[in-house]
Amino acid sequence: MEKLYTWLDERLGLKTIYDVVLDRKVPKVNWFYTLGSASLFLFVIQAVTGIFLTVYYVPSPDHAYDSIQFIMNGVAFGWLIRGIHHWGATLMVLVVFFHMLRTFYFASYKYPRELTWLTGVLLLFLTLGMGFTGYLLPWNQRAYWATTVGTEIPGTVPIIGPWITSFLRGGPDLSAVTLARFFSLHIWWLPAGIVLLISVHMYLIIRLGISSLPKKDD
Amino acid sequence: MAKSHELHRSDFVKSVVAVLGTIIGGFIAIPGIGYLISPSLKFEASEAWIPLGPLENYPDGTPTLFNFTRTKINGWEKTVNSYGVYVVNHGGNQVTVFSNMCTHLSCRVNWQEDGQIYHCPCHDGKFSPTGEVTGGPPPKPLNVYETKIEDGVLSIHFVEG
Repeated sequence: MEKLYTWLDERLGLKTIYDVVLDRKVPKVNWFYTLGSASLFLFVIQAVTGIFLTVYYVPSPDHAYDSIQFIMNGVAFGWLIRGIHHWGATLMVLVVFFHMLRTFYFASYKYPRELTWLTGVLLLFLTLGMGFTGYLLPWNQRAYWATTVGTEIPGTVPIIGPWITSFLRGGPDLSAVTLARFFSLHIWWLPAGIVLLISVHMYLIIRLGISSLPKKDD
Repeated sequence: MAKSHELHRSDFVKSVVAVLGTIIGGFIAIPGIGYLISPSLKFEASEAWIPLGPLENYPDGTPTLFNFTRTKINGWEKTVNSYGVYVVNHGGNQVTVFSNMCTHLSCRVNWQEDGQIYHCPCHDGKFSPTGEVTGGPPPKPLNVYETKIEDGVLSIHFVEG
């Protein structure tokens, strides 16, 4: 065991990774500073439960609703995995939002952490995008009408509005095409973007360290 | 460390974390594994008596094809499967009902009146009028269904799965 570890460490630099990532110095801060880790943890939970859901879910108007009924009633622990994904989604939006508020109120976005803030803002938008696209996938009445309204809203933008609506829907109406592209966005495009930005976000946090609490005279 | 019999605090913490981690991991793994394998553990053995109509409708001696469908639910989808059986009326309430499924690779066999054989088009399997293999690759005779006749109506005992 000891030998194996030494062999691996010599080649991978495990100790360096541990020291840099986990054993880095942090200022004395409070519990609000754990919201970022909580966001990351929730993203991992959503990714894992989401991958599990794709085993049975079918993104087609003929089968979407029935395949979810099957997950809920026909598959062992399907209710649990979908339940975690469902509530985790709501929780993630909340936690990411509070994480942003914390960063703002504690003035952590200032020099030299502007780029951490900017990637964080993009991550917030991507998280909301995940919520918006995921909401359609159950293909029930609520999903259908929420997305009808949600894709109608950008239609009020002058000149290009109607085009945005039909781009989101993949046509003039909410249809099978909409469901397929929302599914694609939900499981490939948005998660890929999130992983990419989390990597940059984390790199910056490790490189710059986290900010300390603002003092009275700051 | 090796010479000391005392347990160091850090080693104790490591062991406890390892044990608790394994237990928690196990509890998380159970739903995950159950979720993935549960459809493969469901065996829906379906059986039914399928009425094939009055026995007198079937001509004496000549194998006559009867088709029927069975609906099966796989996950979120209903599938309608077609089945065919050959009914041979021997007269005097004696009847044999063969499955038309070739025992080789489940193609459907056809009764050929001129050759007096059941012929499978896939690999040239041949069965005699009594269902015995007379040529080709089939390893077993044609399956025969359990039959019953009630009020002159013929039924077969269909078992699946």
